[in-house]
Amino acid sequence: MPTQCDEIAVLLPEAVDAAEPVALPVRRHIESCLRCQAELARYRRMLRGLQMLRTQYFEPTPGLLAQTLASITAASERRAVTSTLTKRRIAYAGAVAGAVAAAGTTTAAVLVARARRRTLPV
Amino acid sequence: MATEHGSGEVPDLSTLVTAAQEGDRHAFDEIVRRTYVDTYTLAVRLTASEEDARDVVQEAYLRAWKGLRKFRGDAQFSTWMYRITANSAATLTSKRRRQRTVQIDDVADPIETEVALHPELATENVELMAELSAALDELPARLRTVVILKDVYGLSHEAIAEELGISVTAAKVRLHRGRKRMRDLLYEEAGRHADAV
Repeated sequence: MPTQCDEIAVLLPEAVDAAEPVALPVRRHIESCLRCQAELARYRRMLRGLQMLRTQYFEPTPGLLAQTLASITAASERRAVTSTLTKRRIAYAGAVAGAVAAAGTTTAAVLVARARRRTLPV
Repeated sequence: MATEHGSGEVPDLSTLVTAAQEGDRHAFDEIVRRTYVDTYTLAVRLTASEEDARDVVQEAYLRAWKGLRKFRGDAQFSTWMYRITANSAATLTSKRRRQRTVQIDDVADPIETEVALHPELATENVELMAELSAALDELPARLRTVVILKDVYGLSHEAIAEELGISVTAAKVRLHRGRKRMRDLLYEEAGRHADAV
């Protein structure tokens, strides 16, 4: 193969893609070189075959569907339990925070009342 | 599916996806039923192992169920599912690589999976597909994954890069090397056999 063909051969894995732009000198060389045309045709055949593999399916092993659905159910149940626990935790935390705030307010009120009593002139 | 019960109509996939996004589990189960053979096929191709493919399928649908609200519908559901499957396969493969202390006896036999083909495929095409499948199996996993996702399933370089956690440039380089290796396996091997005869 002439040197230029070697250089072109390196570019062919990309050039075979319709979406990839091919430089004009490369395109001109391919148009005038039977070897490079043959090489490009090999890549095109390969790509066409790979696209056809999409029509080929492997038969899943028995039980896969049932197992998959069961694993989703299990995950959903776990998530529901976690969600309930989280909600309860938030409710408990809110209640505790409310109680602490109420106790704090009461304590503050008592302290202020005592302090006023002490400072009042007899 | 709650909205379709009793209507007698078979809902299309996008209707099922919308229902599942609103929390309809039956709709999601139906999606799994309709798509799991396709997902399994991709998983087998990516992992080259039936056992691993089963794990990948289960993981992929779990991720899909959890992340279904994020599916915006600007791509096809099947494409979204391919991306999740590719990501799940990549996670499993890297986990396996870390765990690997493989004994010679533990090496799995090549998979002999039952293959279903479109009935109209010509014999020549069937032979080509068999050659291509064999060549794909010869590729290193990192090259095979990119060739399968791009050339078989038509994912973009950007999507492949994102799901495999690599740069777009790396995805393109792997595709280039994968195609070149495939070409060598298909034609140079064949040429050598012809010369030897």
